[in-house]
Amino acid sequence: MAATRTITSPLVSSENQAFWNAAKQGRFTVPTCAACGKAHWYPRAICPFCASDKIEWRAASGNGTIYTYSVMRRAKEPYAIAYVTLAEGPTMMTNIVDCDFDALRVGQPVTVVFKDTENGPPVPMFKPA
Amino acid sequence: MTIKGKAYIAGVYEHPTRHAPDKTVARLHAEVALGALADAGLTRDDVDGYFCAGDAPGPGPATMAEYMNLKLRHVDSTELGGTSYVALAAHAAAAIALGKCDVALVTLAGRPRSEGQATGTTPRIRDPNQPEAPWEFPYGLTTANGYAMCAMRHMYQYGTTSEQLAWIKVAASHHAQHNPNAMLPEVIKVEDVVNSPVIADPLHRLDCCVISDGGGALVIVKPEIARKLKRPPVKIIGAGETVKHLSGGTFDLTTSGAARTGPIAFAEAGVKPADIKYVSIYDSFTITVLMQIEDLGFCEKGAGGKFVADGNLISGVGKLPFNTDGGGLCNNHPANRGGMTKVIEAVRQLRGEAHPKVQVRNCDLALAQGTGMQLGTRHCSATLIMERE
Repeated sequence: MAATRTITSPLVSSENQAFWNAAKQGRFTVPTCAACGKAHWYPRAICPFCASDKIEWRAASGNGTIYTYSVMRRAKEPYAIAYVTLAEGPTMMTNIVDCDFDALRVGQPVTVVFKDTENGPPVPMFKPA
Repeated sequence: MTIKGKAYIAGVYEHPTRHAPDKTVARLHAEVALGALADAGLTRDDVDGYFCAGDAPGPGPATMAEYMNLKLRHVDSTELGGTSYVALAAHAAAAIALGKCDVALVTLAGRPRSEGQATGTTPRIRDPNQPEAPWEFPYGLTTANGYAMCAMRHMYQYGTTSEQLAWIKVAASHHAQHNPNAMLPEVIKVEDVVNSPVIADPLHRLDCCVISDGGGALVIVKPEIARKLKRPPVKIIGAGETVKHLSGGTFDLTTSGAARTGPIAFAEAGVKPADIKYVSIYDSFTITVLMQIEDLGFCEKGAGGKFVADGNLISGVGKLPFNTDGGGLCNNHPANRGGMTKVIEAVRQLRGEAHPKVQVRNCDLALAQGTGMQLGTRHCSATLIMERE
């Protein structure tokens, strides 16, 4: 199992405040454009696909699959950085937690879990589904 | 408009130091500048264009212009990470083609080794205003694990193996043995790489480049000046540059920006991959080389693992001699930026001045390729094609 690692707090800004407010309540939202209908990642105020500013924070399933990963063996407490492709479409950077690092594989189904940070809102990570 | 044939690389210099605790970064910049000017047969007074990137002390070109007391009519401090100098060589050619300057100086220097930077293994936040920071920094993104995620995906998608990646380091070591300044001059085997400690799965310690102090410089001039100089003329004939990023979350981590910049540069030069006699490929990690070789079209996409195996990158042995100075993997990675030394070794090859044991015969066409910043998130790519006259 993964050792407990202190997770650096994310920088909260006017552009992502709504995400962190939902995260504090355990809700995982994905920014989705009301104009073109596409979800994107990382979250931003202007849609990267159609440039509309009609971005909505839509509740997401929290389900995805591992696109790629790497266990940082060199770290004092090894951790698994990864990209997870969400059921909603976009692929996001994250960590895979609550797992056996040696059993991870690309394509593996995972589900979201929020993890506490140093002194900020919790961040979305994923564990094997 | 084209830069083809509009400018020549007249002087190059690679600082021989790999550890410079007794020298400032500014002094190293000045030393490499003077070295390249001496190589060209020019002086500081001839320089009217200055080109530098993020490693130069102070913001932009002003600090070093003052330190070296340059009198300039054109400056450019485009920051593209480690590949900046591959792009700046092309920017210099463009500026010369437009008549903005006649003698362009490009410098790089830094001292990450003396300053004790844990370059590849510590999460670093460069600018809190970067909008992606909240979505990457908490997850412990480092240089090493970002590139490792590219390698992991490449292995999954194409069946690439650690042994195949190791061949890239092995080839570099075969070249480094002939370079008296190389940090890792020992010839190694595939087993040495795959048995070295894992840094970030699937990359081992020997899949990584060295951390070194030092620097390098280029002097690029207009054709009329090149003709009067004594060094063998190396003509710039094609270039491309781009940024590859995560595209709103719809990306492919197994492709680098070279897939874009390669075709642009080949089209401008009017040549194709099969014509190239020597390549300098930025080698921050073994996977960096593999992806760029595929993306430039030296083999089919996904076939890079087979292509680099069995010594195919070793000069005199394989079909595509690369990084004959030992590259960043074994020789030198000054300021954590490998683009400058890529151009310098390509110029040595075109002049016939590489070490005799690694000199490519009849080397009349060479390519330098670099990526800067982070292959696992967003990076800049630059391609430069040069020809011996």
